[in-house]
Amino acid sequence: MRLTWWKITAIVLLAYAVIGGILLPVPELTQLGETIRNLYYHVCMWFAMMILFTISIAQSIKYLRTGSIEHDIKASSYAGVGTYLGLLGYATGAIWASFTWADPNNPAFASFGSIMREPKLIGAAIALLIYGAYFILRSSITDMDQRARVSAVYNIFAYAMLFPSIWIIPRLLPSLHPGQEGNPALNFNDIDARMRMVFYPAVIGWTLLGAWIATLKIRHKILLEQKWFAHEK
Amino acid sequence: MKNKLIAFILSIGVFSANAQGAANNESMASLMRSNGKIYVVVAVVLTILFGLFAYLIRLDRKISKLEKES
Repeated sequence: MRLTWWKITAIVLLAYAVIGGILLPVPELTQLGETIRNLYYHVCMWFAMMILFTISIAQSIKYLRTGSIEHDIKASSYAGVGTYLGLLGYATGAIWASFTWADPNNPAFASFGSIMREPKLIGAAIALLIYGAYFILRSSITDMDQRARVSAVYNIFAYAMLFPSIWIIPRLLPSLHPGQEGNPALNFNDIDARMRMVFYPAVIGWTLLGAWIATLKIRHKILLEQKWFAHEK
Repeated sequence: MKNKLIAFILSIGVFSANAQGAANNESMASLMRSNGKIYVVVAVVLTILFGLFAYLIRLDRKISKLEKES
């Protein structure tokens, strides 16, 4: 067991994110009510996803520079955990939206279909599907080196596609989703000071948890690889 | 391995028995029933979170053991 300092940090920060996130005071807003606390969980999923995808593309570029298969294993593991967190972010967003956007008094947003027309939701779905294609591409190539090279190049394309699909296009279109005119969660003047106290530690905590799971996947895959090579000899 | 699992299950039993004992305690009972019982939610979410952490740590240990063997 490698219980290093950052794993302990992840445990402590996430425990704080749950206790502080549920119990500490938050600004009282109509419509959102107590659901504003989802900032510590739903938004953190996307932040952690973005950070893990950034680590993934860095490993892909490292693979293309060095040709070492270890970087390919790292790139695919970080992308896998990132995609999973993205799916969790999507699912939690669906729950949150159905209780804050769907207003029974407003027929325009009464139906599920009109909520699903949100540009931010469609953009996020496109981004996740592009990463889904990354794994389909990987599993369709049997040659190890070719798979690593092709998927590293595709990973760079997938990361580049994140920017128009989740950062740019949703901001050009009218949307109910917050964050239309910038990054409200990142802006120091915009986010409430009381929420900042929990939000930033929560982002770090969820990201470290994602990285922890990814390192376990990496170590498992490296072990499998070693076993395979030992068997070949 | 099996012994560890049995010890783990037993420790859960001891822990939940403690929790019941604590619920009978006056101050704990009043804390858990205050503010619309929100502390119950905190306890439930923390239990799940730490259960997941325990799982991750066990997985980490198993992989470390395999790494030492190979």
